[in-house]
Amino acid sequence: MPAPVDVLAVTSTGEAVTFWVLGPLALVAALMMVLSRNAVHAALFLAAVMLSLAGLYAAQDAPFLAAVQVIVYTGAILMLFLFVLMLVGVDSSDSLIETLRGQRVAALVVGLGFAALLMGAIAGAVVQSDGTVAAVGLEEANAEGNVVGIARLLFTDYLFAFEITSALLITAALGAMVLAHKERTEPRTSQRELARLRFTSDHPWPLPGPGVFAGTNSTATPALLPDGTEAPDSVSPVLERRSAERAGGPDNPLPRGLPGGDR
Amino acid sequence: MSPLTTLAQELDDRQLPLTSFGNEPFWLTIAKTLFVFVLLVLMTLFSIVFERKVVARMQQRSGPNRVGPGGWGQSLADGLKLAFKEDIIPALADRPVYLLAPVLSAVPAFLAFSVIPFGPKVSVAGHETALQLTDLPVGVLWVLACASLGVFGIVLAGWSSGSTYPLLGGLRSAAQVISYEIAMALALIAVFLYAGSLSTSEIVAAQSDRWFILTLPISFVIYVIAITGETNRAPFDLPEAESELVGGFHTEYTSLKFAMFFLAEYINIVTVSALATTLFLGGWQPIWPFSQVAFLSEGWFPMVWFLSKTLVFIFFFVWLRGVLPRMRYDTFMRFGWKVLVPAGLVWILFVAGSRTLVQEIDDRRTLLLVGGGLFAAVLVVLLLLPAPKPRPEQALGTDVTPRDDGGFPTPPMDLVVPPTPRSLARSSVRAGDPSPAPTPDREA
Repeated sequence: MPAPVDVLAVTSTGEAVTFWVLGPLALVAALMMVLSRNAVHAALFLAAVMLSLAGLYAAQDAPFLAAVQVIVYTGAILMLFLFVLMLVGVDSSDSLIETLRGQRVAALVVGLGFAALLMGAIAGAVVQSDGTVAAVGLEEANAEGNVVGIARLLFTDYLFAFEITSALLITAALGAMVLAHKERTEPRTSQRELARLRFTSDHPWPLPGPGVFAGTNSTATPALLPDGTEAPDSVSPVLERRSAERAGGPDNPLPRGLPGGDR
Repeated sequence: MSPLTTLAQELDDRQLPLTSFGNEPFWLTIAKTLFVFVLLVLMTLFSIVFERKVVARMQQRSGPNRVGPGGWGQSLADGLKLAFKEDIIPALADRPVYLLAPVLSAVPAFLAFSVIPFGPKVSVAGHETALQLTDLPVGVLWVLACASLGVFGIVLAGWSSGSTYPLLGGLRSAAQVISYEIAMALALIAVFLYAGSLSTSEIVAAQSDRWFILTLPISFVIYVIAITGETNRAPFDLPEAESELVGGFHTEYTSLKFAMFFLAEYINIVTVSALATTLFLGGWQPIWPFSQVAFLSEGWFPMVWFLSKTLVFIFFFVWLRGVLPRMRYDTFMRFGWKVLVPAGLVWILFVAGSRTLVQEIDDRRTLLLVGGGLFAAVLVVLLLLPAPKPRPEQALGTDVTPRDDGGFPTPPMDLVVPPTPRSLARSSVRAGDPSPAPTPDREA
């Protein structure tokens, strides 16, 4: 086994400090992500993990990877997570019953296997033939600059994998579009047609607002017409229906004389 | 020879190479950081009053004119007032996220400015240094990364407020910024292709003979539209459309937390203006006749050029706000995805193709032939495309019955207006009738 002295020799102080700050931070954030009950909090902890990783990449002389990590993972993918979470509403309580049997064991096994693979790959890269640990080849890889080095590899040695990945992503995007697509059966009504429809209807003017602040602050209060009668259009039909349901059925319409009402 | 080393050799002797950043004395870095911070805060204070005054002029008003000389102290007074306001946290708010959101909005706004070059190398107390806090091989990507982090502040503020309007504002903002970021990045790719670098100082150096606004005008137009959407400015200020969403994502914020959102918004405007200056308007390099004068294009003076170009951009944003109405949300998203993104893709294809042609073919004759052939092929394809079918004029539904005469809003053609009492009185007086006209009640 290689001595740890070798590792220290190739690691600068700044890099070590960065690692010992960001590493534990990433670990704690990852644990909190799994343990937190609120989906948005979990997404935020995931963002913290990704930002820590980006910092570690930057410390390892991989600025392009660091920037792309922030832009793609934190900026785009996590933002999409948050977007969906907000659209579906996080207040809907999560069911805590596991529907996939044995998923914890499977996750543990796969996680350990992945860690072993990763460590094996890194060890294969840094352990030299004479048994010493030294990361070599970074200078050659970054000789023309980090961005140019990555571009050269992507578009020569890994061109096929790169193109396959892009084809896969395009297929996924097209698939999502096909799934979400709704065929329009009739042409879209233009603004002009909408205006014509409105002005030939029996109600071209906007509906009257509710009587809010006239005597009460409830939107269920109907507005009063100049002759003192109630304007029936001024209360949203949804409110009427809902309050009727609450009051015990459609036969029992909107209760009058709401608190603060003066009728 | 690799493109980067060639570029480094072509670099003006007015500039320091990229590797010089990060090897400066500590006090110099601190001084530069302070400078950037103070500059950004001052620019925010300035541009708020500037915007209010310019918009006021455009609307025939005089704008703020009470605090300080000519009213220029207005935003400072507003900032102080905000600091003394009551700090309210809504009962339904998610406390930690609610407190985190303004910080997440303001900090990346400051960070993004660290790679913007203000000027060439200068000498500070014997040290040669560039007028730029730092530069990275991926400088412009750093700005993009900071912009994408800033969105988190807006979205989380909207969500954590526990209220409907902020949530809708935050959702709108997320959708808007993500879709316009794509158009913006596409516009920048052509610049990277021409400059051969992602670093801001090298992009400025690459424009020493011709600014990119001249070589890449379409990129510039796409970029300007995209950053207007990205910074939530009018006519794309849908996340805070006050007539629909009250204040948008910051409706529930008060006091200093609100001030941080305000600060972040204006710093973002300054940052995107500065980035546009750096990428398309030659950065700190003077405009043509002045670029011949040595002292105007080296040392400290170019900072004046940089700041004035940035100010012109800020004025442009204010101008847009003064003259354009807010777009509707669906037309706005359609414009981003169906116009800006495809236009950006086609433009990149064109730029990359023409550059490859120019680099690969030395012979001018062959170049012209190949280029002309490609152009003709595109024209033929466009001709062969089937013409779009004309939209049938949709007839009004038969279920809509026209109103009878006298209905709103058309008065009937044979309307007879009954005579008013006053006109009756006048006509009777003229006719010599001594009997008095019908009088109002008060005389009776």
